[in-house]
This record gives sequence, structure tokens and C-alpha cells, in this order.
Amino acid sequence: MSGAGRPIGLAGYAVCFGGILWREMLRFLRQKGRFLSALVRPLIWLFIFAAGFRSVLGVSIIPPYQTYVLYEVYVTPGLAVMILLFNGMQSSLSMVYDREVGSMRVLLTSPFPRGSLLFAKLAAGVAVGVVQTYVFLAIARLWEVEMPLAGYLLALPALMLSGLMLGALGLVFSSLMRQLENFASVMNFVIFPMFFASSALYPLWRVREGSETLYWVCLANPFTYAVELVRNALYGVVEPVSALVVAGCAAAFFTLAVWAYDPGRGILGRRGAPKGDTP
Amino acid sequence: MTGTPLALDIRRLDHSFGKRRVLAGIDLAVEQGRFAALLGPNGAGKTTLFSIATRLYANRSGAVKILGHDLSARPRHALAELGVVFQARTLDLDLSVRQNLIYHAALHGLAGRAVAARIAHLLARVGLGERQDEPVRVLSGGQARRVEIARALVHRPRLLLLDEPTVGLDLAARTAIRAIVRDLVADEQVAVLWATHLFDEVAPGDPVHVLHHGRMIAEGTAAAIAAPFGGDLEQAFRALTETGAEEVA
Repeated sequence: MSGAGRPIGLAGYAVCFGGILWREMLRFLRQKGRFLSALVRPLIWLFIFAAGFRSVLGVSIIPPYQTYVLYEVYVTPGLAVMILLFNGMQSSLSMVYDREVGSMRVLLTSPFPRGSLLFAKLAAGVAVGVVQTYVFLAIARLWEVEMPLAGYLLALPALMLSGLMLGALGLVFSSLMRQLENFASVMNFVIFPMFFASSALYPLWRVREGSETLYWVCLANPFTYAVELVRNALYGVVEPVSALVVAGCAAAFFTLAVWAYDPGRGILGRRGAPKGDTP
Repeated sequence: MTGTPLALDIRRLDHSFGKRRVLAGIDLAVEQGRFAALLGPNGAGKTTLFSIATRLYANRSGAVKILGHDLSARPRHALAELGVVFQARTLDLDLSVRQNLIYHAALHGLAGRAVAARIAHLLARVGLGERQDEPVRVLSGGQARRVEIARALVHRPRLLLLDEPTVGLDLAARTAIRAIVRDLVADEQVAVLWATHLFDEVAPGDPVHVLHHGRMIAEGTAAAIAAPFGGDLEQAFRALTETGAEEVA
């Protein structure tokens, strides 16, 4: 039977989605260095930075905490979301790489709608990120950063939603970046500002004491809402404002990414052939 | 629609990147089950034409049909009929040969025993049946190309596009790849559009489309195009491109 005679039903979508997820997992398992560096980064923050600043940075009782908490307890949710942020940007890096080496083209010649392909790619990246996050949370638990057991379960949808938002943002960047080298700019101009100008490392009331402007920047930063969503979920609390902001941003970023990758309207069609091909 | 649809039917296609017009008024037809060559020097617009035919970029003018399916109106049906070997290497180096093909099958919604058997058959056909579990990273350039050809056929397309598939390969690898593709046309009636700038890859009876500076400047069998120049296709090509269209602007 030829290609077009084959119906592409729900089962076909499931196979396609499963294939993209499978490939991402295989690549992840083969790139042990990527897994290690994804873990080492937040662990350094937890073991060294947080331990060092424990005595300097006190955190008062703020929701969802019901008692004073150690600084490493406070920063752990932010570090968990940092893993997702790095993972999302790393996925976008792999998209740029895929485009440069051409395997992106293989994905885009699939007969499935481009939006569903991008979503599958995004979801596969999020799955990898969430696995990394849970490994980090397990190590943190050994370091006596313990959350209620139910919190780990409730954190799953929060981590997935946050991962989708950050991954979708990565997709938008991947469509804007023509070459791999630009990823350093993403580190400097996206990852670090998003992480530092948020509630990941210090509560917002503390930020406000230091700088009113920075406080508003933190409030405008979607990363803050992802951190608060995960922080609350880890303690069994659903924080509706954060959930709405993260879901809204995820939808907006993903829509933008689909537009950017649209063969008719987006950026690809205006830019020309990928590197390595002659026109 | 009446009669048998063309494998590839491109009409009045233009394309620009910003103000730079790279394709102008392209008409191109490839019949089902036939081998056709797209001949043009580097920069002629071959890869852009392939990018549009594979829907990496959408055509904003003209029409592209694959087996009768309009690529803009029915992309899903059109792309399901299409197999592609891109000019750039597009295999995943971290995966094995077989895993690359399984991934490609999944992208077309295909899985299961029948697909596994199809993959084994195709790898044997391109002479790599014994190496299916090896990582792509260890293959030579020619072997990787053969894997890409096998991959492009996993979903049983009726049109195969190959964008300069022998670039950078040694003579033996080039010969092997040409033989594999010619056999496919003969045995499985797959239509092939083979982009190249190498004249020895074109047989006298092949339909040839000569692309130069984004315009189609000659069409016909290689023998007919070469006839006024003593049957020398290279000489014919030189004459055509010297007197042919100026760069499109």
C-alpha cells in the first residue's frame, strides 16, 4: 500500500508521539554527560550556595511553609524549576542543532500537522526534564530537604505545566536562532535573568525590601509563577494564580512557536536553506 | 482529475527570500515510475525547490502537487507519498541504523511487525542488513547515504526526491547509490527526482530539467538536450547556462 492510502487516525498520532518521545529518551540515555550536568548544576546550588548562605539569608514564615524553614528548603523548588528551564533551553539547543545538521527536516516532512509534531517534541523534552527533576528531589531528600510524600505526587502536574511553558519558550528561541553559537546569548540574556529575577532564590517580600523595581520585574517574570506553582504543589497546595499564569504563558509561547515554524507564515520560510545546503 | 496523476507536478512556482528571488516561474513534471534528473550548478535553486516540495517552506505562488495531492491544500496526503534524501546528512548519529528507521516509521504513524520486516528488507536491499544494530556514527559516508535511502522508503512513498545524494562520496559509493536508485525505479516503480550537478549521473534516455539562476532553461531527454552538441551533455549545459537566463531579480 502506498503512503496516502494509509489512514492517519488516532493510532497514527499515538505512534508518532511515542516515536518522538522514544527517540528523545534514547538520546538522553546515551548522553550521560547531559544527565550528569543537569543534576550537578542544581546540586551545587543546593550543597554549596544554599548551605553557605543559610546563616545569611533567613526566610520567615510565608505560605506554603507553616514554620521557619532552612534556606536550602526554600531554594529547592526554584532549583527544581531551574532544571526544567535548562532542559527547555537545551531542547531548543537540540532543535537548532537538528536544524543545522538537517534532522529537523526529517521531523518536518512527517505528514502529521506541524503543531502536533512540535507539541510531541516539546512533551518529549518535558518528560526528560521531569525525570531529571525527580532525581534531583530524591537526592535533596537525602540531604534532608523533605516535602510531604503527597506533595511529590501533586508536584507532577505542576512540573509538567512549568516544563511545557519553559520548553515552549525554548521552541520560540530555537526558531529565532539561526546558528548554534547563539545559545550563549540565550544563557546570558534569558536563562540567568529569568532565574535570578524570580522568587527562586529569595522570597519576593525580601526582593521588595531591596528594590521596588526588581520586585516588579520578578512579578512580571513567568518563571516566578512556575517556581511558586511547584513550591506550593510540593506542599500539597494548588496555587491558582500561578497555575493560570503558567498555563496561559505555555499556551501563548506554544502558539508563537507553531507560528514561527509554520511553513507559510513563519520565520523558516523567510530565511532560506539551513546551513550545509546550497540554495 | 482525469488519467494518472503525475508523481510531481509543479506549476508556475516563484520563491523569494526577502528581496532575493531564487525561483522564477518554475514548471516541472515527473511521471510516475520514472527517473528524472534536475540538473543545475551549485546555487541554481535546486535545494530551495526541494525545500518547497518537502514543505519546509510553503509555496506562496504557483502549485505543487504530489501524486495529485496539492501540497498546500492536502499536505498530509502529499507528504505521505513522498520520500526524501536531503543534501545535508540527516541521520541521528547517536542512534543505531535500525533505530533511525524505526523513528522515521513512527513519524509516519507506522509501527509493528510489518514495519520491522519492511525495515529489515530495505536494509538488506541497500546492503546493510548486517549492520542494522550499529550506531550510525561508525558508518562511512556512502553507507550513511544508503541508510538514508532505505529510510526514505520505509513508508512506501511513490515519489522519491534526492538532493545531490552523491556529493562528497567516492566513485564506488556513488556507483552503488546510483545502482540502488535505478533498481528502485525499475523494480518498484518509484518515481525519482534526482538533483545533481554531475553529468555522469544522467543517462541519455532520462528526462532532464535544467535549472539555472532560479529559472528552468531547458527540458527534454538528456540525449535530446545534448544532440545539438554532438551528444555531449556537459557541453550542452555550458552553452545553455552561458546563453540562458540571467540571474532572476
